[in-house]
Amino acid sequence: MTPALGVLPAVLAQVEIRKRTGQGCVQENGFCPDWIANNLDKYVSPLLEHIYLTFVSVAIGFVIAFALAILAHRHRWTTGPIIAITAAAFTIPSIAAFLLLLPITGFGSTTAIIALVVYTLLILFRNLITGLRNVPAETVDAARGMGLTDRQILWQVELPLAVPEILAGIRIAVTTTVGLATLAFFAGAGGLGEQIYSENAGTGGIEFKSNVVVAGGLAVLLAAVSDLIFLSLQRLLTGWQRASAP
Amino acid sequence: MGFPPVLAAAAGGGPDCPPGPKAGAIDFGEAVDFIFNKRQSVGGTVCVGGPGEIVDLAVNHLVISFIAVAVGIAIALPVGLWLGHIGRFEFIATSISNVGRAVPTLALLAFFVAFLGKGELNVIVVLALLAIPPILTNTYVGVRQVSPDAVDAARGQGMTGLQILRQVELPLAMATIFAGIRTAAVAVVATATIAPLANVETLGTPIIVPQQYAIAGQLGAAIVVAVITLLTDALLGLAQRAVTPRGIRAVTPTPRIVRIPFLQRRAQTT
Amino acid sequence: MNSTDTAQAEGKSTSAERPGRSTAAPLEFRHVNKVYPGATEPAIEDLSLEVGAGEICVLVGPSGCGKTTAMRLVNRMIDLTSGDILLDGESIMTGDPVRLRREIGYVIQQIGLFPHRTIAQNVATVPKLLGWNRDRIRARTTELLELVGLAEMADRYPGQLSGGQRQRIGVARGLAADPPLMLMDEPFGAIDPITRERLQNQFLRLQADLRKTIVFVTHDIDEAIKMGDRIAVLRKGGRLAQYATPAELLMNPADDFVEDFVGADRALKRLALLRVRDFDLWSTPTVRPGDPTAAAREQAERSDLHHALLLDDHGRPQGWLSERDLRADAVPEIPDTVAVVIDRDSTLRDALAQLLEDGAQYGPVVDSEGRVLGALSVELISRFLASGDTTAEAPTDRAEAAAP
Repeated sequence: MTPALGVLPAVLAQVEIRKRTGQGCVQENGFCPDWIANNLDKYVSPLLEHIYLTFVSVAIGFVIAFALAILAHRHRWTTGPIIAITAAAFTIPSIAAFLLLLPITGFGSTTAIIALVVYTLLILFRNLITGLRNVPAETVDAARGMGLTDRQILWQVELPLAVPEILAGIRIAVTTTVGLATLAFFAGAGGLGEQIYSENAGTGGIEFKSNVVVAGGLAVLLAAVSDLIFLSLQRLLTGWQRASAP
Repeated sequence: MGFPPVLAAAAGGGPDCPPGPKAGAIDFGEAVDFIFNKRQSVGGTVCVGGPGEIVDLAVNHLVISFIAVAVGIAIALPVGLWLGHIGRFEFIATSISNVGRAVPTLALLAFFVAFLGKGELNVIVVLALLAIPPILTNTYVGVRQVSPDAVDAARGQGMTGLQILRQVELPLAMATIFAGIRTAAVAVVATATIAPLANVETLGTPIIVPQQYAIAGQLGAAIVVAVITLLTDALLGLAQRAVTPRGIRAVTPTPRIVRIPFLQRRAQTT
Repeated sequence: MNSTDTAQAEGKSTSAERPGRSTAAPLEFRHVNKVYPGATEPAIEDLSLEVGAGEICVLVGPSGCGKTTAMRLVNRMIDLTSGDILLDGESIMTGDPVRLRREIGYVIQQIGLFPHRTIAQNVATVPKLLGWNRDRIRARTTELLELVGLAEMADRYPGQLSGGQRQRIGVARGLAADPPLMLMDEPFGAIDPITRERLQNQFLRLQADLRKTIVFVTHDIDEAIKMGDRIAVLRKGGRLAQYATPAELLMNPADDFVEDFVGADRALKRLALLRVRDFDLWSTPTVRPGDPTAAAREQAERSDLHHALLLDDHGRPQGWLSERDLRADAVPEIPDTVAVVIDRDSTLRDALAQLLEDGAQYGPVVDSEGRVLGALSVELISRFLASGDTTAEAPTDRAEAAAP
């Protein structure tokens, strides 16, 4: 037994070395730094598509959610139905959503964006409305008593105080959408998901470790970086929150 | 019921299995038809579609999901309860959620498939990993939100830590915990759709392996998946109400201490 | 361009800048009724009263009596059902409620400062709404912050201030646009009693200068007596039980309800209305160490006290010498009993408390320089209480005498 065990490391080492270099590596579907270095450019376009999908969807979703939140803020009773609808939509698995839109809007980024926008609505709306509702009642009372109009109260008092909650919502929406957009290629919208999964994308598909590491890694990186950006934005805009009583 | 299920391997043709629609036809009517009627596959070699196959795939889908959620609960619930009870390491709860959110499930599954191969086990592991963050975070927050007065009174009456956990904190946190389980279950059921990437047959099979199923198959399966996910959510929603102690049902606090990031749902404010 | 000069020079009366309203405006409730929809009982019932310009009218009563409701009717935060409220003779129902509110100072219990704005920005809220130019706003803000003693906090945020400081800023914010009327709803309610007393005194001093018309809501009868020029006692259902000066309220409560509300100790409460200096004091002979005792003995015999007051080298009271102590030839250095020294600006109530605490029957009264004016005794006080004398009351300048 022992001699065999002694030989094992040497054998494994051979296998490893072979795996990491050149053609042998690629054929073994291994993790090949060389290949990665040579083929990074193939990921640029999907990455950009992915970024585009994510940020356009969140932007549109925010505009819609903002309008809905203002509505629900004025007319409380609409909150329930809005949340119910957006939550139901959120429950539908993204692939199903992408596919179900195909007959209506065909292949392409439009379909994907529509679905992604709907997914962001629940998160953004809920955070917007919570942020607005969490403004202390006496602050609003003081503002109204001093003679601010309803619109002034909304823009000068309620929204600024809701910024932390709203930014948190945007953060979550962005990272969630990055994740959902990986499946956008089912709707014909490209994105990093295509690189991960499809053999047609020219990068080896889901079984090729190098491909998965790069494509998946880029997706994770995108989510993480976006998260950090909005976190920093949040800290920047809420300096007043960190000041506390002596 | 086999695992994975066996496709009805009737040879192509025959009254039982008429030819399918032209490949490329995108039509809701055809999609619904796929659900209810068997037809030939695109290549004409096997019979696909129809309630039999749909049910088989659905059952597999749900079984895998169930196992994954169960595993997730088994891991995340005790940890969340304990962390919440001692009230420390909040950053763990939030970090896990943040990380969980940042990793797209497709990427996660791809990692597993690429490095560890395909198969049910890997899929279940991935899905369980998906289920853990919402359950862990919601459990933690749920326990933390239990009124400290109630806990204090319990301790003052002489309950041990474990008794407090079981008799006071757990019941009072049940609503939030269950919301987390519900979120996790819905996420898992939704994600099991991409399990075919790892060679596991679920309702995602017609979607992801469309060569034999045509667009009609893809759409039909998409409809079924959507319906099943919504049903899961609705049923768990009912269960959540049933599980909430009656005295608390009327109160709808908005959690302010910890954000519940992962796939935030309306369930948290109910 | 003269606005900054004017603002600084006058600081308070800016009638030139606000056409149509005097610096302090009278307020009148005229048969005001408020019934909430669906309610069987009115929240305010037939409330009529007049507040003179520059007066503090305190609305006081048990919870649910509608005092806050009545106050909020004035700036139309709540709409009245019938009747009218006239500010400076003009009905508040004419015109835009938003414009009305910008002319009325609004100070609430929880203050409601904007946490996302600096203190200076908070104070500047209404002037900004009114379109003042930047220099004028800055000058006014600085002036007000100095007035409340928080000038150095201008660039801090509300989260960095203590409760008492925030309350002061709330008042400053209400005063910012120099409104003719101020509405204050338990403005000193949410803070500890020590800080509250300080703030009350400070506010009274302010009011002595500014002379604004103020409607002040409180549930605390002691605060009402201290702060109000006139007090409106409301009973449940928003009905006016009595509207009178503090003295009148204490002396002649209109009915059992008012009497109960004012409290069984209203006789003692009257003591809070009076200052020691308004009182007729007992004369007291004073001696220094080494003085010949013969004259002292004679004076002590003739005085009400039968004691002489021993002063030190600087003229400060040390203690009392009985007739026995004065039998020696010269006045001794050490007194028999230590004197409880009373400030002439103290309220009678505080003075009585001082005496009782040390078990003394009387104590010397000194002015701000330490000069002895006479002696105050417990006997004097109880005689006053028993007499029901009102002429000795002279609380014309509560503010002036408010202890810091």
